[in-house]
Amino acid sequence: MAGWRTHAGRAITLPHDNIDTDQLIPARFMSAPRSEGYGKFLLHDLRHDADGAEVPDFPLNRHDDATILVAGRNFGSGSSREAAVYALVDAGITTVIAPSFGDIFASNAVNNGLLPARLSERQVKQLMMHLGDQSGAARIDIDAKELRIGDHSFAFELDDGWQTKLINGWDDIDLTLAHRDQIHSFRDQRLKTSRWAWPTAQDQEPPGTRAQ
Amino acid sequence: MTQPRTLLDKLWSAHEILKREDGTSLLWVDRHLVHEGSHHAFGKLAARGADVAAPDLTFAVVDHYAPTRQRERIADPQVSRMIDTLRNNAKQHRLQLFDLMDPGQGIVHVVGPEQGLTLPGLLINCGDSHTSTHGAFGALAFGIGATEVAHVLATQTIWQKKPKSMRITVDGSLGPGVSAKDIALNWIARLGTGGAQGCAIEYAGSAVRDLSMEGRMTLCNLSIEGGARLGMVAPDEVTFAYLKDRPYAPKGADWDAGLEDWANLPSDDGAEFDLEVTLHGDDIAPTVTWGTSPEQALPVTETIPDPATLDPGKADAARAALDYMDLPSGRALEGIAVDQVFLGSCTNGRIEDLRAAAAVLAGRRAKVPGMVSPGSAQVKAQAEQEGLDRIFTEAGLDWVASGCSMCVGMNGDLVAPGKRCASSTNRNFRGRQGPGARTHLMSPAMVAAAAVTGTITDVRPLLHGRAA
Ligand code: SF4
Repeated sequence: MAGWRTHAGRAITLPHDNIDTDQLIPARFMSAPRSEGYGKFLLHDLRHDADGAEVPDFPLNRHDDATILVAGRNFGSGSSREAAVYALVDAGITTVIAPSFGDIFASNAVNNGLLPARLSERQVKQLMMHLGDQSGAARIDIDAKELRIGDHSFAFELDDGWQTKLINGWDDIDLTLAHRDQIHSFRDQRLKTSRWAWPTAQDQEPPGTRAQ
Repeated sequence: MTQPRTLLDKLWSAHEILKREDGTSLLWVDRHLVHEGSHHAFGKLAARGADVAAPDLTFAVVDHYAPTRQRERIADPQVSRMIDTLRNNAKQHRLQLFDLMDPGQGIVHVVGPEQGLTLPGLLINCGDSHTSTHGAFGALAFGIGATEVAHVLATQTIWQKKPKSMRITVDGSLGPGVSAKDIALNWIARLGTGGAQGCAIEYAGSAVRDLSMEGRMTLCNLSIEGGARLGMVAPDEVTFAYLKDRPYAPKGADWDAGLEDWANLPSDDGAEFDLEVTLHGDDIAPTVTWGTSPEQALPVTETIPDPATLDPGKADAARAALDYMDLPSGRALEGIAVDQVFLGSCTNGRIEDLRAAAAVLAGRRAKVPGMVSPGSAQVKAQAEQEGLDRIFTEAGLDWVASGCSMCVGMNGDLVAPGKRCASSTNRNFRGRQGPGARTHLMSPAMVAAAAVTGTITDVRPLLHGRAA
């Protein structure tokens, strides 16, 4: 994953609270390989009517150039499906601005270079009023934790660890493996003091052959 | 004197390998559970050419796509491909797999405890938000996304910031026909779906202590619906009695050593929590959701609120929810006609849940169709031994195999568009049970009551003269 510091794009509003991960990507699309691209699944059942036709006045249908979403509280609540983030990223979204996010969604977002930026409930309202149902030019600066839109500028909240990660585009696995020795000695110590924490072996069959 | 510590503090420090300057800890993972949905994570592992770091601590379960009928010949090629992918990954990485025909198969959060894989004092991860279920044993258990699943597979560790601590105390005792599900819907309705955001909840108080392990699991399972990262109950004799002699639980000297360590886990007297909430068990009535968020819930005896009278921040959401649910404000919840019922899921698919539903259904007929999917093959076998399956089928409900089934509909068990379902599951989100499906969450006993009358019904009068 490549890191990023600034982004200039178009912001639109999704004026709803609790846009859960089942809305972001309905479960039936989640068996597709990522290489197919998940952008077409984003908010599928809100963007389409029961017959599969596009709902013309749904914000994302009106503005297919949007890269920044401004949404209500508790965005991404619900399941741990990272596919919700894939759908956003593959649809070209770089940033979601909301008063609060589902915990697992937010960490999934950062793991995929998507910025979950928090503003107060009041600031989000203000932004929504400003944008209305139009899209507006906006600029994000992760270093400064700042969002500029028209003449307004907002300081957003973002965990420092996540800020660094978004900027560097780090892969955690490499970072973690640098601590390999510490991990191994932790494990050895735990095995010594808490043997009960290891599962009792079941049978003599090698793993993976059970009743297949 | 050392500072009194919470259960969370003790579990956290027992797993912390190191702490970064920004406050993020690297934690050791004792159990990692994977399922068909983990295919993205295995894909990431393959892309790096990495191996699973600890195959002996990693267990695979077929549940999300598990067909509940005709397992021998899976009709849907997409379902079959998802299951085959998990089989191949399990085989390649030498992981224990609870496959479709395995007597231990079931929903991952039912299988873990039932097999004794879930223990007090462990850190348990799974790529599924309801991993919080396992916290019922006094474990640190939380759901993670695919990138993190790949990380755990590759390193057997996870980076995590310590959550805030929150204690929900439920005093008193629950009345007849009131269960852990009602406690959960109650506090979520009160605090909102973001009420516990960023928190680890510890459930305490007499009404929680009185719950069986099944009830505690239901309570911890639903923590995530109130925004919490995880839910926990301190281990006690009920916990130990449940675990003793389970297949993967420690034996002999290891069991004794475990008991000794686990006895030290409960929060110390005087330990401080960042947030405290108290509920009174005696005030809790059977509770039902009326909208499309678990916080949109009320006692079954109430009427649907008028959005105009709600907190302005919640009025629009309520209007949209009522529109989707096709319900008018001001209408009594009791008497709303349902088209079908569903009993199952990791929230309420355990043996005690089936017993509670059967107690209502015994000798009665369901007015609407419905499906009962036990949480695991073992729950299914146990229920059949107790004759519960006959109660369900004689009532006119379908008795099917175990899996996530209609909780999420990935295996094709769906609620049709526009249909209303009384469901023992955990999410009433739009389209969760199928595009256009309308879900009312409630306890298993309440689902059974809805089956008997064909409407949302207070189960309590139906229990008169019966053992609940
Ligand atoms: S039963 Fe439902 S909530 Fe539980 S693991 Fe399966 S899909 Fe998730």
